Amino acid sequence: MHKLFFHGETLHLLSSGGLFWPARKTLTVSDLHLGKSERLARRGGTLLPPYETQATLEKLDRDLDVTGAETVICLGDSFDDLAAADGIEETSRLWLARLIAGKDWTWITGNHDPGPIEIGGSHRAELKLQPFTFRHIAELQDRAEISGHYHPKASLAGQSRPCFLADAQRLILPAYGVYTGGLRSHDATLTALMAKDALAILTGPRVLAIPMPR
Amino acid sequence: MATLPPALSDWFTAKGWTLHPHQQDMLARAQDPATLLIAPTGGGKTLAGFLPTLAELGPNPPPGLHTLYISPLKALTADIRRNLGTPIEGAGLKIRVEDRTGDTSYTQRRRQRADPPHILLTTPESLALLLSYEDAPRIFAGLQRVIIDELHALAESKRGDQLVLQIARLQSLNLNLRRIGLSATVENPPALARFLAPNTTILEADPGPDPDISMLETEAPPPWSGGGGRYAIPAILNEITRHKTTLIFHNTRAQCEIFFHDLWLQNTEDLPIGIHHGSLSREQRERVEQAMTAGALRAVVCTGSLDLGIDWGDVDLVIQVGAPKNVKRLVQRIGRANHRYNAPSKALLVPANRFEVVECQAALDAVHAHTLDGEPRGPGPKDVLCQHILATACAGPFDADQLYAEVITAGPYALLTKQEFDACLDFTATGGYALKAYDRWQRLKQTNGKWHLRDPRAALLIRQNLGTIIDIETLKVRLRNHGAPLGEVEEGFASSLTPGDTFLIGGQVVRYESLREMTVEVSKTPGRDPKVAVFNGTKFATSTLLADRILEIFQQDSWPDLPAHTAWWLAKQREVSRLPDPHSLLLESFPHDGREHLCIYGFAGRNAQQTLGLLVTKQMESQGLAPLGFVATDYATLIWGLDPVTDPKPLFDLETLREGLDTWLAGNAVMKRTFRNTAIIAGLIERSHQGRRKTGRQATFSSDILYDTLRRYDPDHLLLQITREEALRGLIDFSRIEQLLARVGPRIDLIRLDRVTPLAAPLFFEPSRVPVEGAGRDRLAAAQAQALMEAAGLA
Repeated sequence: MHKLFFHGETLHLLSSGGLFWPARKTLTVSDLHLGKSERLARRGGTLLPPYETQATLEKLDRDLDVTGAETVICLGDSFDDLAAADGIEETSRLWLARLIAGKDWTWITGNHDPGPIEIGGSHRAELKLQPFTFRHIAELQDRAEISGHYHPKASLAGQSRPCFLADAQRLILPAYGVYTGGLRSHDATLTALMAKDALAILTGPRVLAIPMPR
Repeated sequence: MATLPPALSDWFTAKGWTLHPHQQDMLARAQDPATLLIAPTGGGKTLAGFLPTLAELGPNPPPGLHTLYISPLKALTADIRRNLGTPIEGAGLKIRVEDRTGDTSYTQRRRQRADPPHILLTTPESLALLLSYEDAPRIFAGLQRVIIDELHALAESKRGDQLVLQIARLQSLNLNLRRIGLSATVENPPALARFLAPNTTILEADPGPDPDISMLETEAPPPWSGGGGRYAIPAILNEITRHKTTLIFHNTRAQCEIFFHDLWLQNTEDLPIGIHHGSLSREQRERVEQAMTAGALRAVVCTGSLDLGIDWGDVDLVIQVGAPKNVKRLVQRIGRANHRYNAPSKALLVPANRFEVVECQAALDAVHAHTLDGEPRGPGPKDVLCQHILATACAGPFDADQLYAEVITAGPYALLTKQEFDACLDFTATGGYALKAYDRWQRLKQTNGKWHLRDPRAALLIRQNLGTIIDIETLKVRLRNHGAPLGEVEEGFASSLTPGDTFLIGGQVVRYESLREMTVEVSKTPGRDPKVAVFNGTKFATSTLLADRILEIFQQDSWPDLPAHTAWWLAKQREVSRLPDPHSLLLESFPHDGREHLCIYGFAGRNAQQTLGLLVTKQMESQGLAPLGFVATDYATLIWGLDPVTDPKPLFDLETLREGLDTWLAGNAVMKRTFRNTAIIAGLIERSHQGRRKTGRQATFSSDILYDTLRRYDPDHLLLQITREEALRGLIDFSRIEQLLARVGPRIDLIRLDRVTPLAAPLFFEPSRVPVEGAGRDRLAAAQAQALMEAAGLA
């Protein structure tokens, strides 16, 4: 776990790729991409192992348990598409319902899941929770913003890992879903978005902060 | 006996050509269902293969495809088209010969489907594509013959397995199809014959005179360790000046690059010398090939890229730098010299280090004794079968029982059970997962008893993924200002570079500048010494045959055949310790430099010795012996740690080793790489195409994730079974550890010494040491992160 002091608040960057805000007991996760293998199969693509929803929910269940979070924000692209949200298998649906029960749960819309989904919780385009704004895709001008979308990753000692990107203005979360790839922090989109002194905080067995590779 | 068209016979006579006996034999056996011709390089083998076709087609054949010729190399098909064109045009025969490869234009390929030539020259991959079209039955309707060139090379890889499945398909379309296999060096002709067809006739041509082969004598003895043969450059330059054209073979691209660079620095006479290997850009390779054909080069430094086929003019000397690792490959390379029948080939072996002197001697003995090696391949791999089933479905609906009956006629799949076939079919149809909850997991459906694609549009994707060659992901390298392409490097190597690093490519030292749009941009640098190694290419393991012969040489009382420096070294080892022998496993234990060492002389080949290192150190760890690291070569594994090993037997218990393999080794990078290849061939994941990689990278994710997911949720899945089978035979090579332990039985002998032994000493200079600390990688990363933060003034 890495502690980040961001706009007067202390945030915990978890090795799983989740973000915990202890003062508000809020867990934020981004880009779960639940139902990805189902979407590919439905569209006539390859038949990937149908276990990623189960694997991602196990991860989320563990983080909720460890942090004791009471509020959950899913930063968009929670489902690989809207039909994947409808097509989610019964056991996973019940599991998700159990996780949502009794919590203040917000689904932020993403580009993969642009509409409301028939699973509990509230749905919003973005969420303000002072001092932060939570949204799917970072906006150039905003401050104190927490977002996802880009699936950033960076390499250290020859190993590439999903990472958080942080500068004074914004924090970008890595993808939390199991079946997700990443965009190297070198990519022009990310170097344009992040300030020169940005940090990359790598997930994995040990959370490590380095100057953002660019 | 088939007879040649008179015009062709006349043309041969006019040219002063007479047919070799084995070429006559091919005409005599024209009606045999399958023939394997084994003839030396330069023996007119390819023409022999085509003679029955030319006889049957006659001067003015009706349209339609008659003969399919398949070669492992694209370049070879173009070469054959020219060579075959000469007599056909010379004799005025109205026979159309065309090639079809990945390089053939779209319009040409369209036309070939509508109106096929009499003789089509192609590769296994292009044939797979042709057979996947709905009109395949029409294209191949009148096919009479299929000729497979360099059959021995294809039979060693999955390309060959795929090819024989395709030929089984073609045979179903044409019951009268006759097969011809052409091969140079074969260790086991009956096995290769069975690979080609169940009832193959074997024809062996006169093998010609024995090669003139010896070890190169140099003034300076070879170094104690390392590769590359840099010490021998003056002697090699001397040989080049004494011959017309010399081919200098290396085992790896990296060594090829480094050697060429050093050779160039010592080439004071400015002899024209070129370099040729698979990572150079096509333009650069073609330039060297043309210069070779024109006789403008005195030598070419090359790798396996020149192992096969094509005639490059007047090569009169082959030099093999580094131990050949495998006698068959050596014989093939020797054959590259003197492409004339009945003239002996001349070759020189250059051992790169002291141990390789012994290995080169073993190889010389084997060549003289006419023994060849070759590890028998296991049954036909199932990932190839999965791809074949998908490709068959692209062509049209099929009956599962009929397809099974067809598949088991192919040699490598003869023993495939119906149950195994059904598992592959289930994988291609539904993914074959233990979790069967979803009805959308359907690629193939069964309607009226026949299997077909659920969505015909899926055919496009399946066709894009056909073939069994998995390219290591590479990035193009080019000069920053001129933009001239220099070649390719592996993506993993590119990602290890930081601006300012210098490395070798195409014989020149370049400086890494930046990575732009999937291209590595470099600049020329005046520096002579590259900072980082070239590629991370794979290394061949020494064959069992050679390893056994080395152990035999060790048993001699003295070594008059070996150079004095090497004979002295072996005698010294016998004096202070013992020389390894075939009947026991020799272990040496000694302290050195404050560490305890254990040297395991397994002679099991690099991959198996590496696996042994991983498994034994794991055992030592659990026994509290604190191993710190190990290094493996083809002959031995050297382990260092804090405490000495006193009771070695438990370390080599087969059951314990196998357990280690099942548990923690399953998470090893080698297994993941094997899984990736299998998953691509079987059609679970798509090949990454250059263009697709550039965009949408977030959408694609690593196959490692799929591997981990399957291991966790579906450990008995078909692809994990295939991965295991492959790795055990391939990079993990556990089968050779099993062979070793079966051979030595309880004779595991530990000798305790007070210092390093002569045989163990060279191991201390070996690079690629493997650290053993479990948390080592993590600690390394943490230290690096700390350093980076401090450098940035953030810590």
